[in-house]
Amino acid sequence: MKKLKAVHKAGLIIFLIGFGFFMSMFFIGEYHITKEVLQNQLGEDRYEKTAPHFQEMISTTYSSQFTFVSDIKEVFSKINDSIQSRYRIEEGVAEKLAAEASGNVYKQELIGNYYQSNDEISSWKKDKFLSYTDWMQDKKFDSEEALASQLRSSINDINSEIVRSKGYEDANVKNHTTSITKASDKSHVASNPWLWLLLSIILPISGALMYMLPRLKTTDAGIKNDHIYHRSLTSRGWLGIFLGTFLILFYIVLYWYPEYMTTWVLMLDPLSMMLSGNPASRWFLYGFLYTLAILTMGVRMIIKYRHSPYQMARTVSVMFFQLSFAFLIPEILVRLNQPYMDLKNIWPLNYDFFFDYKLNEMITAGTIGIFMLGWGIALIIIAVPLFTYLYGKRWYCSWVCGCGGLAETAGDPYRQLSDKSLKAWKFERISVHSVLVFAVVMTIAVLYSYFTESQTLAGINTYSIRSVYGFAIGSIFAGVIGTGFYPLMGNRVWCRFGCPLAAYIGIIQRFKSKFRITTNGGQCISCGNCSTYCEMGIDVRWYAQRGQNIIRASCVGCGVCSSVCPRGVLNLENKDENGRFNQPILTGNDSFGVTS
Amino acid sequence: MKRIVIIGNGISGITAARHIRKHSDDAITVISAETDHFFSRTALMYIYMGHMKYEHTKPYEDFFWGKNRIDLVRDYVENVDFSSKKLQLRNHQPLEYDVLILAVGSKPNKFGWSGQDLEAVQGLYSYQDLESMEKYSPTTKHAVIVGGGLIGIEMGEMFHTRDIHVTFIVREKSFWNNVLPAEESEMVNRQIRKKGMTLMLESELEKILDDGNGRASGVITKEGEQIDCQFVGLTVGVSPNIDFLKATELELNRGIKVNEYFETNQPDVYAIGDCAEFHEAPAGDRKPIEQVWYTGRMHGETLAQTICGNKTAYKPGIWFNSAKFIDLEYQVYGQIGSKPDEENEEHFYWEHKDGAKSIRLVFHKKDKTLKGVNVMGVRYRHEVCDKMIRDKWPMKKVFQELDKANFDPEFFKHYEGELRKMYNNRYADEPLKIKSKKRFGIFNF
Repeated sequence: MKKLKAVHKAGLIIFLIGFGFFMSMFFIGEYHITKEVLQNQLGEDRYEKTAPHFQEMISTTYSSQFTFVSDIKEVFSKINDSIQSRYRIEEGVAEKLAAEASGNVYKQELIGNYYQSNDEISSWKKDKFLSYTDWMQDKKFDSEEALASQLRSSINDINSEIVRSKGYEDANVKNHTTSITKASDKSHVASNPWLWLLLSIILPISGALMYMLPRLKTTDAGIKNDHIYHRSLTSRGWLGIFLGTFLILFYIVLYWYPEYMTTWVLMLDPLSMMLSGNPASRWFLYGFLYTLAILTMGVRMIIKYRHSPYQMARTVSVMFFQLSFAFLIPEILVRLNQPYMDLKNIWPLNYDFFFDYKLNEMITAGTIGIFMLGWGIALIIIAVPLFTYLYGKRWYCSWVCGCGGLAETAGDPYRQLSDKSLKAWKFERISVHSVLVFAVVMTIAVLYSYFTESQTLAGINTYSIRSVYGFAIGSIFAGVIGTGFYPLMGNRVWCRFGCPLAAYIGIIQRFKSKFRITTNGGQCISCGNCSTYCEMGIDVRWYAQRGQNIIRASCVGCGVCSSVCPRGVLNLENKDENGRFNQPILTGNDSFGVTS
Repeated sequence: MKRIVIIGNGISGITAARHIRKHSDDAITVISAETDHFFSRTALMYIYMGHMKYEHTKPYEDFFWGKNRIDLVRDYVENVDFSSKKLQLRNHQPLEYDVLILAVGSKPNKFGWSGQDLEAVQGLYSYQDLESMEKYSPTTKHAVIVGGGLIGIEMGEMFHTRDIHVTFIVREKSFWNNVLPAEESEMVNRQIRKKGMTLMLESELEKILDDGNGRASGVITKEGEQIDCQFVGLTVGVSPNIDFLKATELELNRGIKVNEYFETNQPDVYAIGDCAEFHEAPAGDRKPIEQVWYTGRMHGETLAQTICGNKTAYKPGIWFNSAKFIDLEYQVYGQIGSKPDEENEEHFYWEHKDGAKSIRLVFHKKDKTLKGVNVMGVRYRHEVCDKMIRDKWPMKKVFQELDKANFDPEFFKHYEGELRKMYNNRYADEPLKIKSKKRFGIFNF
């Protein structure tokens, strides 16, 4: 027993050391940019034009990714400045052209006369001018000044397009910076990726397992929620806040500053090459860490609930679906030159399923692509209603889904932090259904554009609807808030308040399903364990203490209320629909139900 | 509109208040000296163990009381004037009532031991008891718990989570064996010992020692053994908390005497819950004083009927109870005696080889109907057990339909087959037709 406790403690230390290695990779890079890297990343042509700007960087070796990244961005901004100055239509052109127009009537010949030379820059200006003023042909203006003013505004539009078409836009700068940084990494990690994988991933996971496994012997099977509200990590104390902040920052870097996490990505190149035949991307890194989190914390979950076959089966299921469906199969599909697809991800959680590029990718991928399209649609219109009817929402949310998988494993220590108040429930209903409506509207808009090739629907650019959704819901809500807030608001923030698929399945569960949580006669003692440990913030006790079946749209059927109940009151059941919406009845006076 | 005043905001008083509100518009006031709001007394242990915070033990959000026009007064009732229908409160103005409900609960028993009023000597009943346990825990390495009952084992589990060694001093031969049959009681003994706690059976407390500063420093047993400790838990039952009523004309015995309608000898005064003592036990198999969460709740809902004009006698129905002995869940339906009555009862007892699960079915010998069900580490369905007993199901039907009584979660192994085998061995001439229903977790349509 003493030995096991020592292993337990050593595990924590090893985990922290490994985590230290992982974090150190943020700071130990060594960067040296080369001509080859630039040629590769920018293309021969563009490289030729920009080479002089990079000259200074090429002769420097950087020891910090922060200065390296900021220097690259600086170079790109200089390149943009120089392009801007070369392609810019200078002041006074509008006035000159206006002065030459007879009778203030605009003629496109004016442009042809003005730009007579045929060099690249002049022809670009001329082309742009022609296309931007196409609509003005033969238009008569009130005065020379009115014409000049109209031309000035066209020139402004053209000038502001220069960076977009000739230089490097922000998103482009970001992509190039990320790939150049990754390719220029000459650190120890770059030359020894496997060693670093061992130190920064395998080591901390081994530590975590050493920390967890002894519990098989040092604790007895059964509910062990001791000290959850005494520990700062699990009760919104300083450790919890610290972890929350860390996770939030991780997501911010992942989504918006990937150029700073290239060393981590680089480390995974060999693994990614083995799986898909491509070098790793930040999304591979994310998927890899996500899967490891589910697997490792899944082991913890199984140890913790080893007295409950239901909990163990469910945990093995989410571990399996994450490892195979979400992580390995898509990579293997890529290796086989098929579209990347997580076959268990369902629209509208999988919100880009109907995006043009996705549809095109599937349609052009032959039989497998068409199968994927059919499969995805069948999941939405057949699998969801059918399985939800038979088993309730849980068939997906706590057995299959990746978000649910993370919540049920890595998030399990924080389930008690969900808000159980009536206010929170009211907010939840508005919030989650609004996201569902948003997802549906966004998808309709996107499909409208896909089929009609019109960019706008009801005067709104469909591309911008989709960008707003991706940014606000896909990144901020699902990622930053959804996971970053685990230690602050519980492990199902996204699933409860934001997931449009959960909203959709929830509606079916609420109105047409065999699933309910039954309460056991009069055995409830109102202790509150069920409500406290409900990750979805359902006040389970409210129902249990009045003998009412729990039928809530949000219930993901994790079964933890039943597990933590000290009196055997709650049970998840699929039964005949009759009597599902029962009158609240407790076994009371004279053994007969008293409506409570 | 009547002015209904309820003293005590525990499960009985609050259930009465809620049900009266459902059926009437009367003014309802609940007085408590313990806490501002109703909380679940049974959850005190979970606060100590860090499973929950106090606010989680409140079954209703704080807005509930205002919304349902139930006035809450935090005060201590000094004295009741039954003739003028008036309450003297410690900090508030006197309060008049038209109907008074006494739901004042219990207090832990103390049997006159020397040292029983020292510091760090206490039971576990109220929120204040919990605070006191918290206060003494950091300076406690060893706690002695006197009494082998449900509160005792809760206290033991609580200290165990703080790495405080626990020694039980239990008068009986086996833990709680005045209620549990020998096998189940032995299972609890094993559970206690498995956790490394010391279980002293057939031992009694003689006196509690003073450390010189007014705090307990040890106990001496009747057998003369001295045990050093820094905390003494007294969990030898509770008795009605009625000291403040002693000088009044209210009829008292151990508790407040009531009839089947909870009427006391004073007009418009009722008593429910732990503090009520029936003139006659409410049923042949019941006791005049019932100190269980569930009975308190039933008292409350039954009295509410009477007060709202539907005069209803208390008929508790089939007995049921539940508890958890550390990791071991326990449920009982019907009557299971602690000593098998060979002449009148037929027992079927199955125990899992891990020694932590058991099912006991007890039948009346004379008509072969079900008398009671005891389960440890297995969950049974209240509704089904209640029906089987109330409707006097014959033995064979009980075994045939036993699956329906199981309330364990999906994927759990079921053991009803073991009991049916037992039946078939015993009644080989007319065996059950056992249809083996294949089931696997949630995949049974």
